[in-house]
This record gives sequence, structure tokens and C-alpha cells, in this order.
Amino acid sequence: MNTYLRLCLAFLLLGSIACGGGNTEKSAAPPATAVADPVNPDTAGALKGSIKLEGTPPAAQTINRRSDPYCEQQGEAKTQNFIVSNGGLENVFVYVKDGLGDMKFPVPTTAVVLDQKGCSYAPRVFGIQAGQPLEILNSDETLHNIHALPMNNREFNRGQALKGLKHTHVFTTAEVMVPFKCDVHNWMNAWVGVLNHPFYTVSGSGGAFDIQRLPPGTYSIEAWHEKLGTQTQMVTIGPKETKELSFTFKL
Amino acid sequence: MRLHLYAVLVALSTAVLIFAGGLVTSTGSGLSVPDWPTTYGWFMFTFPLDKMVGGIRFEHAHRLIASTVGFLILVLAAWLRLAEPRQWVRRLGYIALGAVVTQGILGGITVLWFLPDPISIAHASLAQLVFCLTIAIALTTSPGWKRAYAERGPVPDDRILQQIATATTVLVYGQILVGATMRHTDAGLAIPDFPLAFGHLIPPSWDPKIAVHFAHRVGALVVTIFALATTGHVFYHHRSRPELWRPSALLLVLITLQITLGALTVLSHKHYIINSLHVVTGASVLATSLVLALRTRRGSVDRLTGSREHDESYRMHRNVRPVRGHA
Repeated sequence: MNTYLRLCLAFLLLGSIACGGGNTEKSAAPPATAVADPVNPDTAGALKGSIKLEGTPPAAQTINRRSDPYCEQQGEAKTQNFIVSNGGLENVFVYVKDGLGDMKFPVPTTAVVLDQKGCSYAPRVFGIQAGQPLEILNSDETLHNIHALPMNNREFNRGQALKGLKHTHVFTTAEVMVPFKCDVHNWMNAWVGVLNHPFYTVSGSGGAFDIQRLPPGTYSIEAWHEKLGTQTQMVTIGPKETKELSFTFKL
Repeated sequence: MRLHLYAVLVALSTAVLIFAGGLVTSTGSGLSVPDWPTTYGWFMFTFPLDKMVGGIRFEHAHRLIASTVGFLILVLAAWLRLAEPRQWVRRLGYIALGAVVTQGILGGITVLWFLPDPISIAHASLAQLVFCLTIAIALTTSPGWKRAYAERGPVPDDRILQQIATATTVLVYGQILVGATMRHTDAGLAIPDFPLAFGHLIPPSWDPKIAVHFAHRVGALVVTIFALATTGHVFYHHRSRPELWRPSALLLVLITLQITLGALTVLSHKHYIINSLHVVTGASVLATSLVLALRTRRGSVDRLTGSREHDESYRMHRNVRPVRGHA
């Protein structure tokens, strides 16, 4: 290899470091193996209920976002630790913790999107199946780093300097919950529940939740809240049965 | 003299770097720039200023200051090689250069590996050693050191003072290591009250974080006792030696300030400015105790290094010229 060629290669290497990559990145993930859906729609039941909150939650605080002029221009933002509507607590992750035995479930190929928009995460609490792609999007005209801090999966920290950048990640192991944070904007937090099955949801307006297509059986159901921890209840669902379940968190 | 002034500038810039590093950890910004040595894919020095927002302000500024200090130490080592006749002082320059390069690599690794505690603690601890090396170079290139502080006669060969001053320096460094461990294991508020611990003299319950935090408080007490002993000894026995009582007095002032800042760090729930000032004041306590310890051993340094022929005092006395390469 002559000197000129070596210089060209060195220049290309430096250039690739200096200029970075394209606008879409992917974390390597094992290919999903096809699994037949074990749920029989003729016998599947459902679980419905609500999350109640006893006590008065602390008032939402205005977040100081002056450290980034772009974020400040997005308007006032308040803390979202306790979102209460009609006496119900939102953003509670509800899922089947135990009772499914060795059942295997197909893994969706459609990506779950975690958006960084208005210097906040949307959604703040969500679920995903292990092996399902998670697409992390920067919709802001500022920089974000997306930093996942799992215990059982691989930690990652990616920078997204430009609007429109996407990063796709696949969690390989079930873990409830995996926290996300942005170290650039220390008020940005999100949590994902990674599961080996599709029986999870997040409480919405009025604290209501709804898990459909549950095979008949006895389950341990857990509700997780970012500040109030977890609560667990047992429930038995018969064929075509819809059970009501209520969790009450106390302050 | 120019070399000495430059060495002082390098030491001061290293103190600024330590403060900047303190800001990074105090604001939790260590991973706000996920890549290294690039910054969000940009070459470090071409990263746009308008993109320095949020935590990036602290982390990227720390990297820029660190690069500047690294360059300043490179120049210092080169300058020492060209102009310093004492081989052991030139070697200090080489060691400082090696240490600052290692420090930069540790800083990069700790980012790429998501701030593992051992690497982050090593990064914080080596920073203090780099600072000590720049202080030592600034001291040993100073006119006073070269004159061997001979205006008031030879530096006293006081073994007791040498031992307690050295012990104080070692203890201060140990205290800084415990502080770095506390800082990087998030134990800074493990004991939330001050001066008591959960309302008691001794914490009523223990876990690793409380233990590290309490060890740092006990360490502060031990360091204070040794600093008082050193200072008391200097004021009692060597009041006529300004090269000894000045750093002793400064040591007391800095320790008082440092304990105040430590208390305020807890009481302010780790306000990032107070917390960072606590870090850099700790470094200043170490530097001051090091200067004092080195000065107490000024006479024995000649014997240890065989560099007596290059001392200005010796040259003036014997009317000899320095010879390169015979240190």
C-alpha cells in the first residue's frame, strides 16, 4: 500500500468520525422466530378496571427549562409524576405478572414509537414485547440523548442531534420497568415495561385500563406507578369472561 | 521565572478543570454527550456553540477545558525538557503529561461504558494527582525553591514536621478518594442532616452508602486534626519561616472553608455550584498540604535527587553554571 493510499484511508476514517452516520440507526437484534398465537378467540376473556388514588397528590411543579432555549420556547411544562383524572390515576402500567405458564406469543413486527417532542417523552409510560422493535424519534429541533438504564437488558445511550433522527432498539429480555432519561434535559423521563406476552396496558383517563384476549386462567396482575411502586392482585378468568379489577394506591 | 509563571498558569487551569469536572457530576451531565472523542458526531472543536444546551454545556465545556489543559501540560513538559537542568523536574513534566493523557482516556472510557463507578472514581482520583504534579512543578521551578528559602538560613530538617505534613497530605488524598467514591456512588445525601447523622452522633442504621458518607465525615475530622497538628507545630517551632507558616495558615483557612462547603452541600441537597466548589476546594487543600510537605523536605530533596549543583543558592555560593544532563 503506497503512502498516498494510506493517507486517503486515514482521511476517510477521520471524515467518517467527524461527520457521523446517517439519520437512522439500528441496534442489532436477533430475528424473531414465528410463533403461532396460542390464544383461542372463542374462549379468551378480558380484564377491565381502574386505578384509584387515595390522598391528595403533590401539585404539579413548573419545570425550569431555561437550560435549553428551544425547550423554553415550547411553553410551560409541569411535572407529570401524578396525573389524576376523575379520581383515577393515569400512567400506571398494568400487566400479567404471572400465570401464563410456558405459553409463547408471536412478537409484533410493527415498532412501538417513543417520541421526543416538546422536550418531553411521548408516551411517558408504555409497554413492549421482548423482540419487538422500539423506534425512538427526535421530533425536536434540539439535541437529545436517549439513555436506557435497564437491569437485565443492555444499557444504551444514543445521541440524536437533529430533528427527524430515529434509532431503533430491540429489548431481548423481559424487564419491568426499564427507565429512560435524557441527560441533556434532566427533567425528561420515561419508562417501558418489556414483557414476553401481549397482556399489558397503561391506565388512561379516569385511571381506566383494559386488557383483552386473555386465555382463561388464574393470573397475578401487577400495577406499577413511577412514584408509588407496585401492587399485585390475583384474578381468575373463565372462558369468555370479563373480570373487573381495581387497584387503589395510597399517598 | 517565565517557566515558573507558566507552570503556575497550568496549575491554575488544572484547578479550573477540576471545578468543571465537578460541575459535570454535580449536574448529572456525564452522559449528556454519548460519544467520545466526538461530540454528537462532530469533531470536538467544531461542535456548534448554539448546540451547547442543557447538560451538554457542562460535559462539552469540560472536554474543551480538558483538551486545553492537556495541551498546556504538553507545552510545559516540552519547555521543561528544553530549559530545566534538573532531570527529576523534567521527569515530573513527563509524568504529568502521561497522567493527563491517561486521564483523558479514562474520561472517554467512563462515558463509553456509562460511568462505571470504578472508572469514574479513578478519573476523579487521577485528576487530583495531575493537579498535584502541576503544583509540584510550579513549586520546584519557583525562585524560592531554587534559593532553598535560604534568606533566613537553611530550611530546618525537622523530622516530626516532615512526617506530620506528609501524613496530612496522604490523609487529604485518602479523604478525596472517599469523597469521590461517595460522589460517584450517589451517597452524597445518604445522611441527610448535618452535623448529626439521622439526629445521632453515629448513624443508627447502616448500609454501604451511609458507611461511605459517614467515613467521609470522620475523614474530615481526622484531616482537620492532622492539619491543626501540622499548623500548630509550624507556628510554635518555625514562626520565622514564611515558606512554612504561609501554607500552614492557608491550609487552616481552606479546611474551614471546605468543611463549611461540605455542610452546605448536604443542607442544600447538593446544589451543583456548592458541590463543585467543595470538589475544587478539596483539591486546593491537597495542593496546599503538598506544598507544605514538600517545603519541609526542601533540604532532603537535594540529597535524594543529587540536584544540589543546580540550585541557584549553590551556584551563587560556588559561582558555578548549570550543566544540562548532570542532574
